[in-house]
Amino acid sequence: MRHVLTIAWKDLRSELRTKESINAAAAFSMVILVLFSFVLDISGDAREFGGGLLWLVFAFAGALVLNRSFAREQSNDCLDALVASPLPGWALFLGKALANFALLAVVELIALPVFGILFNADWLRFPGWIALTCALATWGMTVIGTMFSALTVNLRLRELMLPVLVYPMLIPVLMAAMQLTSALLSGTGITGDDWVWVKLLIGFDIIFTSLSLALIDVILVN
Amino acid sequence: MKTKILMAMALFSGLYLVRNLYVILLQLPDEAAQGAIYRIMYFHVPGWITSFSAYFLAAVASIYYLVKRDSRADEFAVALTEVGTIFTMLGLGTGMVWARIIWGVWWVWDPRLTWAFICFLIYAGYLLLRKTIDEPGQRARIAAVVSLFAFVSVVITYKSIDWWRTQHPGAVLSFRTGGEQRMDPAMEHMLFQNWFALTAFAGVIMMLRLGQERMQRELDALRRYTHNL
Repeated sequence: MRHVLTIAWKDLRSELRTKESINAAAAFSMVILVLFSFVLDISGDAREFGGGLLWLVFAFAGALVLNRSFAREQSNDCLDALVASPLPGWALFLGKALANFALLAVVELIALPVFGILFNADWLRFPGWIALTCALATWGMTVIGTMFSALTVNLRLRELMLPVLVYPMLIPVLMAAMQLTSALLSGTGITGDDWVWVKLLIGFDIIFTSLSLALIDVILVN
Repeated sequence: MKTKILMAMALFSGLYLVRNLYVILLQLPDEAAQGAIYRIMYFHVPGWITSFSAYFLAAVASIYYLVKRDSRADEFAVALTEVGTIFTMLGLGTGMVWARIIWGVWWVWDPRLTWAFICFLIYAGYLLLRKTIDEPGQRARIAAVVSLFAFVSVVITYKSIDWWRTQHPGAVLSFRTGGEQRMDPAMEHMLFQNWFALTAFAGVIMMLRLGQERMQRELDALRRYTHNL
């Protein structure tokens, strides 16, 4: 566990010093929000499409953070050094995932109020549920994103392959998060039909976290 | 010898499919509610089962590769996944034709259909990914991991008619309804026969693809060898 925190803290510190991906992701999420406001007719409120819109923004902005996760270790062969260090592979993965989760959470905390103002959405009706949905879905995104960032880090066509692979894998999480957020925004809360999405999110997180932890060594070590 | 067995299998599955077509088109009656178009089910359902079986075997081959590092397992995985993807396309295509007649639209964003489409996208991504990696060992490793991730989508697609309320017809085959007969025994029997024929056909094209893959690897190895001279 100590190793995990070391890696997470290392990633967060290097991000805090440069603020490269977080600035880019926050700015990019604003750009998408504004673009969407032109596409959609937002005369009333965000009840119908709010959830979908929000998670598309997070998915696109989040990809900026996640893609960099392993790619940033390429300069000066840092990745080789990390793999050669006494850290177990799963600790490296979990540390990176935790750091990414924190970064995505920051981006979401910036985007949520802005979204609320621009699209007239009330986030505070079910604060607990919103927080839970965000946490579960963000962790799912983080795990897939970090894993595929590791998978593609040495590929020739990394920038091309990453979105082609990551977005289809993310559809389940995004779909569930969109449905739940829309239900919460519309004021009905989580009713009988929505539970399947909560279960899907939990199942997705458990399955892919364990798969990633089991397989990360195969990816990193030749 | 091997080619002869393959030829025999190809001939058998081809003749069997023709015979099935004859029964399906000319002997079995129209279905009471849907009319003639229901016959597409004899290809739609077995097509999907074949496709998912291929993905399942590809996942097994991938696990085997990761454990034993045997490149033959990787050859199987790629051949099986390609055949599976072809049958996924067959399943999506036949489903769309059926939907156009029965529902009046080619496509609806219903859970089962959406998951099936996601499945297709993920496996298409897998095949694309294989093309972008040149080093065989690295390609096999990364592809095996992606194959395991992708298989989760197959499980969800298979179970989606139970988990969500969907427009797609629910389970009708007796092994999924717990023995309850929801369809005429003669029709179900025919469906199983066509499943067998399609699986035999899938086996034949899988073996052909496997042969190509082996040839390709040999060529790549020779090319590397001459390059190093």
